[in-house]
Amino acid sequence: MDRAALAPRRRSHHVGVVTVMLGAILLAACSTGAPPTAPVGTSASRDPSPAGSASAGPSTSLTVYSGRTEELVGPLLEQFETASGIAVQARYGDSAELAALLLEEGDRSPADVFFSQDAGALGALAEEGLLAPLDPEVLGRVDARFQDDEGRWVGVSGRARVLAYSTERLSEADLPGSVTDLTDPAWAGRIGWAPTNASLQAFVTAFRQLEGEEAARAWLEGIVANDPVVYASNTDAVQGVAAGEVDVALVNHYYLMRLLAENGPEYPVANHFFPGGDLGSLVNAAGAAILSSSERADAAAELVDYLLSEDAQTYFSEETFEYPLVGGMAADPGLPALDEIETPEIDLNALADLQGTVELMRETGAVD
Amino acid sequence: MALPAVLRRPAVVTSDRRPPVALLAVVAVIGVLAMLPLAYLVIRAAGADERALELIARPRTVELLISSVVLSAGVGLGAMLLGVPLAWLTTRTDLPGRRAWTVLTVAPLAVPSYVLAFALIAGLGPRGALSGALESLGVERLPSIYGLPGALLVLTLATYPYVLLATRATLMRADPALEEAARSLGDSFGTAFRRVTLPLLAPAIGTGALLAALYAISDFGAVSILRFDSFARAIHVQYRSSFDRSGAAALALLLVAAAFALVWAEARVRRRRAALQVPHGARRVARVVPLGRWRWAAVAFCATVVGLALLLPAVTITYWLVRGLGQGEPLQLLAHPIRDSLVAGAAAAAVAIILALPVAFLVVRYPGRLASIAERALYGAYAVPGIALALALVFFSLNVVPFLYQTLALLVLAYAVRFLPQATGTTRAALMLIGPRVPEAARSLGRSPFQVLRSITLPLLRPGLLAGAALVFLSTIKELPLTLLVAPTGFGTLATQVWGAANEGFFARAAAPAAVLMLISLTSVALLLRDGERSA
Repeated sequence: MDRAALAPRRRSHHVGVVTVMLGAILLAACSTGAPPTAPVGTSASRDPSPAGSASAGPSTSLTVYSGRTEELVGPLLEQFETASGIAVQARYGDSAELAALLLEEGDRSPADVFFSQDAGALGALAEEGLLAPLDPEVLGRVDARFQDDEGRWVGVSGRARVLAYSTERLSEADLPGSVTDLTDPAWAGRIGWAPTNASLQAFVTAFRQLEGEEAARAWLEGIVANDPVVYASNTDAVQGVAAGEVDVALVNHYYLMRLLAENGPEYPVANHFFPGGDLGSLVNAAGAAILSSSERADAAAELVDYLLSEDAQTYFSEETFEYPLVGGMAADPGLPALDEIETPEIDLNALADLQGTVELMRETGAVD
Repeated sequence: MALPAVLRRPAVVTSDRRPPVALLAVVAVIGVLAMLPLAYLVIRAAGADERALELIARPRTVELLISSVVLSAGVGLGAMLLGVPLAWLTTRTDLPGRRAWTVLTVAPLAVPSYVLAFALIAGLGPRGALSGALESLGVERLPSIYGLPGALLVLTLATYPYVLLATRATLMRADPALEEAARSLGDSFGTAFRRVTLPLLAPAIGTGALLAALYAISDFGAVSILRFDSFARAIHVQYRSSFDRSGAAALALLLVAAAFALVWAEARVRRRRAALQVPHGARRVARVVPLGRWRWAAVAFCATVVGLALLLPAVTITYWLVRGLGQGEPLQLLAHPIRDSLVAGAAAAAVAIILALPVAFLVVRYPGRLASIAERALYGAYAVPGIALALALVFFSLNVVPFLYQTLALLVLAYAVRFLPQATGTTRAALMLIGPRVPEAARSLGRSPFQVLRSITLPLLRPGLLAGAALVFLSTIKELPLTLLVAPTGFGTLATQVWGAANEGFFARAAAPAAVLMLISLTSVALLLRDGERSA
């Protein structure tokens, strides 16, 4: 190899790599010092400047911790920015991990609003006194079943528990009338579930509250004895049904709706809503709350108000296939109406007691 | 193992010298940064109540710990079995398409392990593509990919490039004179490789295998998708389902203890071998080994690894993308996550290299108790579960440097400290090959220490530094827990986009960012490897 000929080019390449790295450090350093000047009305949720940092003090920009992904709520927050003129900074993550983050931050949290995937994480924060009471007018729009009884969080959209089943291997006549029928040995090896998933744990928590610890233990033991296939997520479980790994899966109603939208109507899975107020058709809520440490409570209240507006409720129905929780709003035409589902009588606040559920699920071998 | 006498000479003639205080101070600061997450875990675990202690005392805890150690050791071993042959084939032989294989075999480093897990299930799982093809041939049931086999396969494929890159950097630096001398004295190729080449490579192989093993012990995404009950998975379940940070912290401390046991074991194995120094002298390009009739077997080996680790995820992502576009899914605008990924990755790589240099100098030039403590302390931030590290940073930054909380600077520092062992490993291995005499000669000829560093040591270190930078860059752009919890609010990388979409089952929308992530990684790997070859 002619090294002499290559030497100058090699040098310039080397300089290039170093320049890029130094540039990146400078960029990182600069955006540290940059003041939080997110312009009002622009799409600030895509702006990486740390407008929500703890030292920033009050500003016009709202900081939202969202346990619902950017895929789901990003467009909605942008609509809110346009409608209200309030810039929003969003941090997306797992609801429980964000709850752990909020607990760690305590009253130093830069967050104004917490938008959680499920009621349990909201309940845990309410218990630690980190949430501020909401406006009674806003609370009045949502059925009392789907909010905190002290008004510290409000449900925004609803998710029904269902039994997703294979339309290739099962007909409607084969389906169980109650979720408790699934402990029958006839279902051995045919059930899929995601026991580490928050929605399933919320369901087990509801089971404990409504039927008692012993009934819940017996049900879990019955399911575990039927050797269920364990999936990491609800989507995996529904895909397991489609792939023929299992015949039925205990999931939320909307995962199938999304897979239908992605795969087309011939996708070989359907949702079964347990009839007659059965525990198996629990409806859980994704909800929002305002942090008591927020210095922008008015803007935060505007966002919560917006999440319960007709626009936002329609968005949830059409884009995420969830149930709108504000009275009078219609669900996706492919779903039974919310008031047609006979839900069990349960206070969703009680779903915060996850610790007991996790212990019970461990003792019965449902989770590690 | 009996080493040739020439190799038994201790590497460092200056070990009786005391390290400069400034160097010690710098390394101490870096070590303290890396140990911060452990301090946090101790603080949190101290608050554990009786219920949390009962949780730890269960027999199940021991079972989980054992399965994690088995997984981790298996992945370390697997990474060696793939990484060392691939490094040798792509640097020393007439392998057909050698340059292309070089890039392709390193590139799987860019595939997030959770994407690889999804892809392997799509390809090899029950009713997957392979099973479908075999069904028509009469094969009814494939062995299950779930559990330990799948976790071992995915994590080995995701981590063997650590061994490959470290080994490669050493192979390209090592003077081939010793091997050739052994051959000329009558050793067969195999004997010369075992007695001369392998001992030379041992530090690099050990470093790479340790990185692979520790990656496996703290991985959460792939093991949960593949339904393997590892200890890290149990810790995440604890964090996510009970809002109990104390019990989770106590469990995480146990995991870190297991990780440090692996670090200690690797150090012991390394110490058993004499610390080697290769007379640098006038380095020549190694003779190309003709593979002869083995060349197509070698190509098949490379193709199998690349097929599983790179092609399968690429095909899966393409399938998601095409199917999504067919269903009318719009292509997302990716400019902002691409910029965030590049800025975070490049800055973290640069900071990691800057931090790695003093540590590697201390370890190689002034070996001893202090140096080995400092080097091992770095694994503190590497082996803790990501969420524990993230919460530790929240705790310390809010209490000590609140003005840095949720800033990009803190995030970059966090990445750099997290992935620092990747950079120190390759830097140390490269530094060991230089030996102190060349810089000493330059000093005696009147050069200042800075001039020596700039004109002698750094250029010689370049392949090691660049390999380290590449590792940190690639690790950073696919990192999740730190990015999600510690980044400035609104900051999002390609990896968080993939996570957000795939987590909700929107595989079609996960495809575009995943494809771009893999393209960026391939490009950076190609650029860095080309640079490495030129300078060699």
